[in-house]
Amino acid sequence: MSRDTDISGKLDWVSVLLYVLMVGMGWANIFAAVYDETANQSIFDLSLNSGRQLMFIAASVLIILAIIIIDMRFYETFAYVFYAIILVALMLIPIIGKEVGGNKSWIGVGSFGVQPSEFAKFITALAVAKFMGSVGFRMDSLRNQTILFVLILVPLALIILQKDFGTAIVFLSFLIVFYREGMSPFILIVGVSMAALAILTLIVENQWYLHGVIGAVLLVIIFFGKKNFKRISTLTIGAVILILTIESFDYVINNLLPERHKKRLEALVNPNFDPMGINWNVTQSKIAIGSGGFSGKGFLKGTQTKFDFVPEQSTDFIFCTIGEEHGWMGSLIVIILFVFFLQRIIFIAERQKNRFARTYGYAVASIFFFHFAVNIGMTIGLFPVIGIPLPFFSYGGSALWSFTVLLFILLKLDAHRSQVLQRI
Amino acid sequence: MNEGRREIVQIVFALVGIVFLVRLFFIQVLDNRYAELADGNAILREVEYPFRGLIYDRNKKLIVYNTPEYDLQVVMKEVKNFDSARFCSVFGLTHEELQQKFKEVKGRKNQYSPFKPMLFLNQLSHVDFARIQDHLDEFPGFYIQARTTRAYQSPTLANALGYVSEISKETLARDESRIYKQGDYVGQSGIEAFYEEQLRGKRGVRFKLRNVKGIEKGSFKNGEYDTLSVPGANLYTGIDIELQRYGEFLMNGKAGSIVAIEPSSGEILSLVSGPSYDPALLTGKNYSSNFKLISNDSLKPLFNRPLMAQYRPGSIFKIAQAMTALQEKVITPDTRIRCDRSIINCHGAHSNEDLRGAIANSCNPYFHNVLRRMLNKGVANDPFADTRIGLEEWNKHIMSFGFGKRLGIDLPNEKDGLIPTPAYYDRAYRNRPWKFSNIYSIAIGEGENLVVPIQMANFAATIANRGYYYTPHLVKAIGENGKPLPQYSERHYTSIDSSYFVIAVDAMQEVVEKGTGQYRAKLADVIVCGKTGTVENNPPLFDHSVFIAFAPRDNPKIAISVYVEDAGQGARAAASIASLMIEKYLFGGTKRPHIEQYVLNNKFE
Repeated sequence: MSRDTDISGKLDWVSVLLYVLMVGMGWANIFAAVYDETANQSIFDLSLNSGRQLMFIAASVLIILAIIIIDMRFYETFAYVFYAIILVALMLIPIIGKEVGGNKSWIGVGSFGVQPSEFAKFITALAVAKFMGSVGFRMDSLRNQTILFVLILVPLALIILQKDFGTAIVFLSFLIVFYREGMSPFILIVGVSMAALAILTLIVENQWYLHGVIGAVLLVIIFFGKKNFKRISTLTIGAVILILTIESFDYVINNLLPERHKKRLEALVNPNFDPMGINWNVTQSKIAIGSGGFSGKGFLKGTQTKFDFVPEQSTDFIFCTIGEEHGWMGSLIVIILFVFFLQRIIFIAERQKNRFARTYGYAVASIFFFHFAVNIGMTIGLFPVIGIPLPFFSYGGSALWSFTVLLFILLKLDAHRSQVLQRI
Repeated sequence: MNEGRREIVQIVFALVGIVFLVRLFFIQVLDNRYAELADGNAILREVEYPFRGLIYDRNKKLIVYNTPEYDLQVVMKEVKNFDSARFCSVFGLTHEELQQKFKEVKGRKNQYSPFKPMLFLNQLSHVDFARIQDHLDEFPGFYIQARTTRAYQSPTLANALGYVSEISKETLARDESRIYKQGDYVGQSGIEAFYEEQLRGKRGVRFKLRNVKGIEKGSFKNGEYDTLSVPGANLYTGIDIELQRYGEFLMNGKAGSIVAIEPSSGEILSLVSGPSYDPALLTGKNYSSNFKLISNDSLKPLFNRPLMAQYRPGSIFKIAQAMTALQEKVITPDTRIRCDRSIINCHGAHSNEDLRGAIANSCNPYFHNVLRRMLNKGVANDPFADTRIGLEEWNKHIMSFGFGKRLGIDLPNEKDGLIPTPAYYDRAYRNRPWKFSNIYSIAIGEGENLVVPIQMANFAATIANRGYYYTPHLVKAIGENGKPLPQYSERHYTSIDSSYFVIAVDAMQEVVEKGTGQYRAKLADVIVCGKTGTVENNPPLFDHSVFIAFAPRDNPKIAISVYVEDAGQGARAAASIASLMIEKYLFGGTKRPHIEQYVLNNKFE
């Protein structure tokens, strides 16, 4: 046991340092986001988000110690058990959960609530890694691919049932893991094309224009190429699939998507769409960040975030406080930290000696990347407003703990990488 | 098979970071719009309206002051959960009026912004404010802006004071100083307009931080950019408000004017225009309806007669004729002229008066003859050319009394009056020849002569001063310890030798003591010098009753002109009113209640 816990020499201190930096900066900005000059407040005040966040940080330290103490084999061994438990928890939520901000994703524990969907992220990562790390796993097997998609789509579907669309689509980040492990890029390309088509469907009022363009392009391609039957039939089938896709998007958007998500999608593609209503968040978020200028207004000197112009300023929109008070320089530092952190995790993943650990590492990187890209993207108007937190910065216990567990399981595995038998 | 995929993932991660930084550079560093929008969000610009200057009378009694009133403003963006039925009941509006208001606010071209406070209801009174104050928090987005409106100690002096109202779009467009903003109040006539620059003061601005609900969160940068409002300067006038009120009391029901001047300074003691109106009517939220009412009144209460009514002067003009003739040496004080009523009619029993007797009896043939001597001195053989030369000289002398051109009083819209020149008659006769016999009615203050009442009073003051006048003015000093205004301390001398005025003074004393004015103008305790005038009117209308006077004879304290339209002989209404005013000013009240009753009760028909 002593050999197992005394890993200080092997722990990746670069990652730990980045973690500490980001959590610390997050904490200061949470204080700034809710700071009221007239109230003579302390950053430690437990009635403030910053005070409570400090408690969450303290709990995180305990969680980290626990992760380090627990045997590294524990995570792989019990991955499917955790997965089963979290699925049950997610299924129970519609029955015993409480609703916060339009999402019914919380389970109350005293005055604090926890979100099982947050923990589903690292648990699914473990399950996926375990499956992909299993003996005889081949990425090119259709059966394996099907199982992998089921593994990520079941929690995704359960979370969508809680109307927490943001957290649900986080599970799409596993596509990056699959890609790394050999999945055909075709699926990613198709996915991106579908997204582009979806946006076009939103922008173009009448989808018959799109159909017309597709038909015209098809005819041009046929006209200028070899005119054999196989080529023409393949192209025609492709075009029909595109047209059917557009039709189905149109149907989904107009009939299945919740009204607020539909509006948010419309708001994204049309910046002038309802700036005081559905686009209020993005408008105010951009005003806050944009008003920071090059070097910012100074710590606690921001007016937009602390005076509540930006909604949810200590959780999903925490980046506004950074942008407003620390300007472009502050944004630069945060973004460089994140990009460096992501690269470091890829580096760690790649040096693992078994597929389980490497796959898990990629899952960690992908999940962090997805949060980083979507969260900052939405605050600066590059992505629809989807409520997911900025890792380590956003206020909230469940999110912080989930991200901490996600990261430190990887660091624990990494610390013991030399003990692991190569199983590739 | 998975070669290079690690690098692709790493490149994608880095690319996203770079895209973010580029985008952030655009919105944070290159685009300044966001900073402005942020200030607009969080910084509330609160205007502090200055107090308009107060107006005092010569005894430092307050005439005009300010009283609070309240404008209701709306920031459309902040209006939430608006309960229109409740709003209507609190503010006493009908549903249609409310909809109309919203439409009007949103329709303001180049003005409307959903983020800025817009004027919604203006000029709520103190009483209205007290009623709605407690309900204001039910209507987020609505704010009260306090400002002040004019108030008056007594319903008097309306035309001289003028009024204050919202600046018109045209005035705003013409305002190059850029001091005014839509919704500002500005002096529109009288003292309020003439001294607008001194009275208005300077607006103050406070910048306050506020949160998204509009709740104030302290001052912006510790008030570094705040400016305090500077109240307007107080004006100290020469008006004797008691005398003014008494004058308006006497003029009640009559049309005409009373102008009283302190000869030794040119300060106007009272400036009565009849009929008048209560100045308080043109303040507050009933301004527009009241203004319409007053301006459509057939008696024209907004017409400031002392400055704007141009009348023929009548017999008071004979004094000026006499002195001009003495100066031109065509007569001496002892020149006697037979009262030959063949060309021009006369009144009273007299036959061959000298100058004093002619003035005392207001002998028309005498002055007809005097004017002939002046205009036809025989310098040219041709009677037409001779009249021309004479009229030129005559005009110069008469105008030196302050007739025929604006005196330059500190009020807008003063009229010139008219003293004819040869050029004037050329135009009138369309270049056909004219000579004395065509124009002789100007000899007795009829004909083409036009004067305004303030010029008549100034004429009386000039005689009282024995040959000079100060430009009549209302305001003696700006500010509590303000110095006398230099433009009003210059003496304007007539072209007549001072010695001839002594003769005029004697004659005017005789008018009151033995002549046409004796019965009602004479006072027991002071020597009053005066001159009656009865200005011909078109029958069946009565003649206009005119009187000018000053008192005491030596070291005069008050010079006065009274002009009562359609009231018959000058010795009646005008002389009575003038003497009552003198009595009031010098002794504080009248000892002759029967004269007062005569003025008040007699219809002068």
